[in-house]
Amino acid sequence: MPFVPHTDEDIEAMLATIGVASIQDLFDEIPSDLRVGELDAIPAGMPEMDIARLMQARARVDGQPLCFIGAGAYDHHIPAAVWQLATRGEFYSAYTPYQAEASQGTLQLLYEFQSMMTALTGLDVSNASLYDGASALAEAVLMAVRSNRKTKSTKVLVPAALHPAYRRTVHGIVGTQGIELVEVPFDPEGGHTRVERLEAVAGGEEFAAVVVNQPNFFGILEPVDDLTDWAHAHQALVIAVVNPVALALLSPPGDWGALGADLACGEAQPLGMPLASGGPYAGFLCCQRQWVRQLPGRVVGRTLDLDGKPGFTLTLQAREQHIRRGKATSNICTNQGLLVTAATIHMAMLGGEGLARVASTCHANTRQLAGMLCEIPGVEPLFDRPVFHEQALRLPAPPAELLRSLAERNVLGGFDLGPDYPTLDPALLICATELRTEDEMRGYADELARIIATRTQPKRPVETKFSGRMR
Amino acid sequence: MLIHDQSRPGRRARAQAPRQAPAMTEIPEDLRRRAPPPLPAVSEMQVVRHYTRLSQQNFSIDTHFYPLGSCTMKYNPRACNSLAMLPGFLARHPLAPDSHGQGVLACLHELQEMLKAVTGMHAVSLAPAAGAQGEFAGVAMIRAYHLAQGDQGRTEILVPDAAHGTNPASAVMCGFTVREIPTGGDGDVDLAALEAMVGPQTAGIMLTNPSTVGVFERNIGPIAARVHEAGGLLYYDGANLNAILGKVRPGDMGFDVIHMNLHKTFSTPHGGGGPGAGPVGVCERLEPYLPVPLVAFDGETYEWQTERQRPDSIGWLTAFGGNMGILLRAYVYARMLGREGMVRVSEFATLNANYLLARLRAAGFEAAYPARRASHEFIITLKREARELGVSAMDFAKRLLDYGYHAPTTYFPLLVPECLLIEPTESETKEDLDGFVEAMIAIRREAEEDPEKVKGAPHDQPVRRLDEVRAARQLDLAWKPSTGSEKGDG
Repeated sequence: MPFVPHTDEDIEAMLATIGVASIQDLFDEIPSDLRVGELDAIPAGMPEMDIARLMQARARVDGQPLCFIGAGAYDHHIPAAVWQLATRGEFYSAYTPYQAEASQGTLQLLYEFQSMMTALTGLDVSNASLYDGASALAEAVLMAVRSNRKTKSTKVLVPAALHPAYRRTVHGIVGTQGIELVEVPFDPEGGHTRVERLEAVAGGEEFAAVVVNQPNFFGILEPVDDLTDWAHAHQALVIAVVNPVALALLSPPGDWGALGADLACGEAQPLGMPLASGGPYAGFLCCQRQWVRQLPGRVVGRTLDLDGKPGFTLTLQAREQHIRRGKATSNICTNQGLLVTAATIHMAMLGGEGLARVASTCHANTRQLAGMLCEIPGVEPLFDRPVFHEQALRLPAPPAELLRSLAERNVLGGFDLGPDYPTLDPALLICATELRTEDEMRGYADELARIIATRTQPKRPVETKFSGRMR
Repeated sequence: MLIHDQSRPGRRARAQAPRQAPAMTEIPEDLRRRAPPPLPAVSEMQVVRHYTRLSQQNFSIDTHFYPLGSCTMKYNPRACNSLAMLPGFLARHPLAPDSHGQGVLACLHELQEMLKAVTGMHAVSLAPAAGAQGEFAGVAMIRAYHLAQGDQGRTEILVPDAAHGTNPASAVMCGFTVREIPTGGDGDVDLAALEAMVGPQTAGIMLTNPSTVGVFERNIGPIAARVHEAGGLLYYDGANLNAILGKVRPGDMGFDVIHMNLHKTFSTPHGGGGPGAGPVGVCERLEPYLPVPLVAFDGETYEWQTERQRPDSIGWLTAFGGNMGILLRAYVYARMLGREGMVRVSEFATLNANYLLARLRAAGFEAAYPARRASHEFIITLKREARELGVSAMDFAKRLLDYGYHAPTTYFPLLVPECLLIEPTESETKEDLDGFVEAMIAIRREAEEDPEKVKGAPHDQPVRRLDEVRAARQLDLAWKPSTGSEKGDG
C-alpha cells in the first residue's frame, strides 16, 4: 500500500481501540446510496520505477528546443544551489507559518524576500507574494480602487502595450466586481504609451488608477516619469508593472515622477524559477507605506519575543480572509512560498551587481540578435524607441508559418504578435537572454534567412507528427 | 541574523553572473537607476549556509508529525518532486507550441480524466492556482450560469457559519452577498434555518463535506434537493476530499461545481504556504463556463483549448494557465496510488483519525461531537482544562512544539470554544499517533502541576512567544540600508 504504513497487527489493534469490527464501519454515517463502487476509469497503481520510466519518456518527448520566446517568461540561468536548498524538506514540506515559533526559517526568509523586493522597487512595503504576475496586477487594481479616496471612479486606465495575458486575466478577476478597464493605445511609431494618448482617452473623466508597465509588452521603455506625473495630477494612483531583473538597471517605481508609483507588481519568475510550461511562478506586490492596510496577501513583520529577542511573525492579519471572512482585502489564502524561497536565494546569490550583469547581458544579446535578423531582407524593427531585452520585428511573411518551420528545426523563434495586435501583423517579438550564445543566435538567423528565402519556391511539405499550433 | 547583515561591499558569488557587463549606452540616462539595488553582497557559501540554517528553524512534514486540521499534511513523496523537475518539463516555455509539449499535455489530460472519475464530475479544468482561486472560479461560474439563464435576481450565496474564511471572501469577490447558515448541535447544517433562507434570491450554497467540524453532513441529500428545487446551485469545497476519496463522490452527492486542493488530497508540497493548485470540476450544465485553458485530446494529439474554442469561459485566472509543475506532482502521486490506493487514502486517514480520537477520549479529553464518527479529522475542546487549570488551547498547542509535534489547528472553527482541530492523515504510523497522545497527557499533567510551564511555552524553539501586537503596531516589514531596519507606525 503506497504511503500507508499500517501492518495487519496495527489495523487490528486500532479497530479494537475504536470498538468497531472493520474500517468500513467507520463510514457508517454516510448514506449507503452515496457510496461509490469501482473506480474503473482510474488506472491501477504503479511503483516508483514504472512511473519514473513513463515520466522520463514524456519529458524527452517535449525536447529542449532553443528558446527565443520571452513574452512574460524568461529563460535565465538558475544557480544550482537555488533548488537544492528550496527543495530541502524543511522548506518544501512546511505549512503556512501560522505557528511562528516553529516556522522561523520560513518567516525570516519571507521577511528577507520582502526586503529585497522593496530594494528593487524602491517602495516601502512588499507582501510575501501572490499567484503570478497577472493575478498580482488584478489584486493591485482592486487595491488601488479600494485605496483611492479622492475619486469614486471604478475605472482604470490600462495601456494596450500591456501583456495581453495580463489584460485578459485582470479582466476575468476584477470584471465580476464592477471595475472597468479602459485601454490606452500605443504610439504606432514608437510603440510606447504617450501622455497625450492618456489625456485623449481620459477625456476629462476621473480614473482610480493608471497602469504603467516598464518595459512594456513590446520590450519598449516607457516614459514612466511623465505618465506617473500625469496620473497624480489627475487624482489617479499609479500601478507599476515591472520586470524584477530589469529593475537592476532601470529607475525603480518608487522614484518615478515627482511622487513615485503608488503600487508596483509583476512576475517574479525571472528570479530563479524554471519556465515549466507556465508555473508555478510567483507574483509580487509592493506599495507605499500609506496603502499598507489595503495590501492583500501574507505579510511578515519583525518583532520581539517574551525575552526581548527578535523574531518574525505573520502580521496585519486583520486584513485577511481567515479573520475578516467576507470583508477581507482578498480571498487569497496561500502565497507562493516555495517559489519565494527560490527567488530569495536567487537574489541573495546574484546580488545587485550580478542581477545588473544579467540584465545588461540580456539587453546586449537581444540587440545583437535583432541586428542579425534585420540583415535578412524584409525584416526590420517595428518601433524606433529603446528596448530592454525584447524587440518587436516586422517580418516579410506570416509569423505563424515561419515559426512552424523553425519549430520543426527545434528553434522557438519568438512570439507572434498578430493574433493579439492585428494592426501590427506580420510581426514577431523576440528575446535572447544571457543564456543564448552568439552561435545559437547566428544559427537562428541563418535558419530564418533560409526559410524566408525558400518559401517563395514550391517545396514538399515537411512531415510532422504534431500540429504545432501556437496558442 | 539576516542575510543583509552578512553583506560586504565588493563581495559576491562570482560563478553565478555573466562574466562581463556590456555597456548600456542605448538606454536613456533618465530611465536608468541611479545606484545598484541594495541587495545583499555575499559569497555563494554564505548563501548556502544561511539558508540551510534557516531551514533548520522550521517544522515540516519531513521532520515532524504535523496534525494540522483542515490542511492534510501527509507525506509528500519525493518521486513526485524529482519527476516533475525533469529537465524536459522545466525547460518548456509556456508559449511553446503544443507540438513541443505533448509529454506534459498527456500528463495533464490524464490528470483531468482521473479527477473527473474520482469526483464524479462531468468536466475538470486544472487552471486555478490555489484552492481560493478555485473557489473564485467556481462561484464565478455559478454567476455566469445564472446570468446566461437571464436570472438576474440571484444575489445571495449561503455559507455555513463554520466554513473556511475563503468561502465568504470568494463569494464577495464575485459580487454576491453572503448569508451564514447556523450549524446544529450535532454538527450538521440546521435544516430549519436553511429552509428559511433558501429562495429565488439564492444563487447557490457552498458546503464542505465532511464539514469543517470533522463530521459527514448526513443531510446532504435533502439539502441538495431543497437548493436545486429553489433554482440554486451546490458548490463543494474540496478541502476535506481526503476523507472520502474513492468512497463518496461530490458529483453523486448532487454538487454542481467543486474545487479540489491538490496540495492536500494529492500530496503536493505546502512549501511554507504555497504554491497550491485548485482544479475545478463541474456538472454538464456548467461546462461551457470552465476557466481556460483545458487540455483536449482527439485520440492522437493533445492541445490546449482557450477562449477561442470555449467562448463562454469565465476566462483566464493567471497569465499562463496554472501551476503546471504542481499538477505534474499530483499526476505522479495519483498514478502511484492508482484506484486501489485512492480508496485506501480515505480509509486509513479515517482509521487514524478515529483511533486518535478514541485514545484521546479514553485519556479524558472531551470530543466536541462525541456522538459522531470522526471523518479524517476531529475536534477536541479544552474548555474544561481552560476553566479548571487556566490553560488554553493555544497553551497546549505551543507546548506540543516542545514535545516535537506541530500544533493542531487552534480556534477554528470558531463555534467550538478552546478547540483543537486534529488531522493525522493516512501516512502516520500508529507509534506516532501513540506518541502524540502521550504528549497530550503529559502536557495536561504539567498544566495541573506547573501551569506556568505550559502557559510560557514554547521553551525549546528558536524563539519564545512573539509580541504580535507590537508586530502589527510598530510595523517592521523590511530591512533598510540606512537604519538597519525600518521602524514606524504604518
